[in-house]
Amino acid sequence: MNIQIRKFYYGDIPEEKSSASTYKTEHDTTAWPLWEIFIRSKQGLDHKHVGSLHAADAQMAIENARDVYTRRQEGVSIWVVESKYITASNPEEAGELYEPAVDKIYRHPTFYNLPDEVNHM
Amino acid sequence: MSVQDLEKIFQDAIDSEIKIEPKNWMPDAYRKTNIRQISQHAHSEIVGMLPEGNWISRAPSLKRKAILIAKVQDEAGHGLYLYSAAETLGTSRDEMINDLHSGKAKYSSIFNYPTLTWADMGAVGWLVDGAAILNQVMLCRTSYGPYARAMVRICKEESFHQRQGFESLLVLSQGTEEQKAMCQDAINRWWWPSLMMFGPKDSESTNSDQSMKWKIKRKTNDELRQQFVDMIAEQIKLLGMQLPDDKLKWNEQRKHNDFGEINWAEFWAVVKGNGPCNKQRLEARRKAHEEGKWVREAAMAYADKKANQKKQEAA
Ligand SMILES: [Fe+2]
Ligand SMILES: [Fe+2]
Repeated sequence: MNIQIRKFYYGDIPEEKSSASTYKTEHDTTAWPLWEIFIRSKQGLDHKHVGSLHAADAQMAIENARDVYTRRQEGVSIWVVESKYITASNPEEAGELYEPAVDKIYRHPTFYNLPDEVNHM
Repeated sequence: MSVQDLEKIFQDAIDSEIKIEPKNWMPDAYRKTNIRQISQHAHSEIVGMLPEGNWISRAPSLKRKAILIAKVQDEAGHGLYLYSAAETLGTSRDEMINDLHSGKAKYSSIFNYPTLTWADMGAVGWLVDGAAILNQVMLCRTSYGPYARAMVRICKEESFHQRQGFESLLVLSQGTEEQKAMCQDAINRWWWPSLMMFGPKDSESTNSDQSMKWKIKRKTNDELRQQFVDMIAEQIKLLGMQLPDDKLKWNEQRKHNDFGEINWAEFWAVVKGNGPCNKQRLEARRKAHEEGKWVREAAMAYADKKANQKKQEAA
């Protein structure tokens, strides 16, 4: 039996003409600012950072976040914050910031040995 | 602190599986390697939309069309997650896009092959996404935090890509003689390029050692390729089709499949820009960027106008 497979070359054909080397890039002056996206996955839970995206304004950031971060019902609420407004702690200061908590084990319930008879505490 | 000290702290963190985050000190070469790899990966997701987008309007049913649109839309999201991860390393979106459009940055060569029949949509999902997933699963544990988190998100979305591809081929493999032939033909054309997706052989790969030490990669090209061959060699039995490799054979001693030699001349030709669709892909990306310019400008102008209005109202 002779089977013919129809191949569709239109729309996806190899092209001979080259312009790869002549292409000139230009700096894009229209770049949109970057936004950090926070999603509440379920009523009752915290908003959690999920990533970032570019958008012209807050409204567009929310719409884009809806499109990229909640396509599978991952969220019920979205926060957007322009990235430049986030201040982050410096990793080099991690010592001064977090070490003071290391030796304060009495802040944890497991520090206290109670008789077995004590329930619900 | 001296650079040697910083480097030691950095490598110690990596050795003890502590993720590197954007504000942590890192060697320049680590930053550069990650920017290159993540942006290449992002470009691949974006260019990868083109061969499949080509079939959206010609999908054989509404169901297949909806599936294909959902998949292509996912790939756009993957591109975004990855561009954002690269941006945390200090490069800009603009720079990355320019490097893609000028031909300086690479993307996965697989997308320089044409999609000629509907069966290609199945073969791409099953083989191309299948190969990508092995790489991506490994990258979920990569050492740079934002990259690893992007990969976790991507992997969650990817698994349907491979499944819908296999299912689509399964339907063809049970169809008419013509559909079966189409299925086999697509597998024949996509098999070898899929194997090439894992990159050069370990013995030829220049960046591999350092990337393994920094845990950017955790498996070598050859390890991943072997894993893929073993996986597909089993799955194809369910389709009742053949892989176009007469050297493919289970090796009882190695507990792996042996397989034939990749055409490395073709591999390098496509990497260097001489694949069947390299020019067309780049042109499509540039055209989209240039024709979208007025939209980006208009949106920015509108945002500025609204911000000004708000200021005036407040005053
Ligand atoms: Fe993807
Ligand atoms: Fe995919």
